[in-house]
Amino acid sequence: MKSFIFANRNFKEITRDPASMIMSIGFPVLLIVALSLMKQSIGGMADIFEVGNFAPSMMVFGLSFFGMFVGSLMSTDKETSFLMRLFASPLTAVDYIIGYSLPVLPLAVIQGICCFIAAFFFGLPFNVNIILTLVVLIPIAAFFITCGLFIGSVFSSSTSVSGFSTILINAVVFLGGAVIPLDLIGGIFKTICYLLPFAHANDAVKAAISGEYTQIIPHLLWVLGYAVVLIVPATLIFRKKMKG
Amino acid sequence: MNAIEIKGLSKIFDERTAVDTLDLTIKQGEFFGLLGSNGAGKTTTIKMLCCLIQPTNGDALMMGNSIVKNSEAVKQIINVSPQETAVAPKLTVRENLEMIARIHGSSKEQATQKAGKMLSVFDMQARARDRAKALSGGFQRKLSIAMALITEPQILFLDEPSLGLDVRARRELWKTINALKGIATIILTTHYLEEAEALSDRICIMDKGKVQIVGTAKEIIGTAGTKTFEDAFLMYTEEGAL
Repeated sequence: MKSFIFANRNFKEITRDPASMIMSIGFPVLLIVALSLMKQSIGGMADIFEVGNFAPSMMVFGLSFFGMFVGSLMSTDKETSFLMRLFASPLTAVDYIIGYSLPVLPLAVIQGICCFIAAFFFGLPFNVNIILTLVVLIPIAAFFITCGLFIGSVFSSSTSVSGFSTILINAVVFLGGAVIPLDLIGGIFKTICYLLPFAHANDAVKAAISGEYTQIIPHLLWVLGYAVVLIVPATLIFRKKMKG
Repeated sequence: MNAIEIKGLSKIFDERTAVDTLDLTIKQGEFFGLLGSNGAGKTTTIKMLCCLIQPTNGDALMMGNSIVKNSEAVKQIINVSPQETAVAPKLTVRENLEMIARIHGSSKEQATQKAGKMLSVFDMQARARDRAKALSGGFQRKLSIAMALITEPQILFLDEPSLGLDVRARRELWKTINALKGIATIILTTHYLEEAEALSDRICIMDKGKVQIVGTAKEIIGTAGTKTFEDAFLMYTEEGAL
């Protein structure tokens, strides 16, 4: 119950920052619209910019911003001593982890819906797979939340959190196959990309949209594996910092 | 009855001793001032008493609850207004108050009621719907103290509550703090000697992690044989009187 009260506070902190909302929801939508218009005008553009490929990548790209929000919120709380006040309260480490994570999940679904609405105008088929895709976005959002929790637990200053979050967002774009066709490049670069979770996140969303149901779980397991690997040290470090 | 019983409390960071075998007793309802120069060990002591850091040695009983063995029970009966402003910036004044009350176990209705009372006590009704980040430094401090008090703690820690405030805001805050006397046991740390002198029932001067003297301001001046409290403070800290 206490974790929900804390989550409610965090939801307000995130949603009352218009710049954050524009960045996480507006920016991916803008890119879907812009690139789809360009694709319509320039016939020779790569297939990754076709709406069925590009929209899923942008949904995942948008989710990566939520990792940054979680990390930034944690570092701001530390810098302003707000976290010190909370550490003196009966909240437990688990309450904090839930409290920082929960507010992002509904925002992830809203972001997915906005991306879908934009993509429909450029020919993405409207069918039952949309619901499945929104469900698939939740574990992917959970992965980015754990990234934010890890960064926010390890680093105390908002400058460090901002720097590492930017690296994360760029990794999603360049190592996830959003703008670089991984199949075309192949070789060791593709192998490395598929050792990381970002390309798997994109592929899981693509599989959900196209109805290739058996493809979804293997990709999601890869993403969730990373989430588990990150949540353990994040919780331990946070617990350690709680005890000074 | 004693609200706080500190027994041989120490904190060592690597090779630096921040607090050295502290023994101290604070009575229930007492307004206790903790003074010292920078690095004297005041904030480390408060952090240990609030269960924010673990002591290297020793223990303290907070209304009978050990900070080492029963920190969860301690956290139920204390609250702290930290040195820096500690408010949720994008929440309104009322939301900040209600959130802290609810985290400490109040129901939604109780939290609303308590927040209303705090807004009235601290004269903040007119700003209740304003976001905390829009408030002046003095007002944020007032809110920070109200957030500490809304949980009705038996022991309240005020860590440098008037730091960085202008004279008028500081005097206003003194009035507010003074009104808290008797409601809870209050431990105040401050660099403003006149603040400690005006507000505290008893004062402890710490230096290099150790207690130098404990008593009323008058007793400390008398024991030191100085004309003013400031002279007595200088005598008991760092290199002694200037």
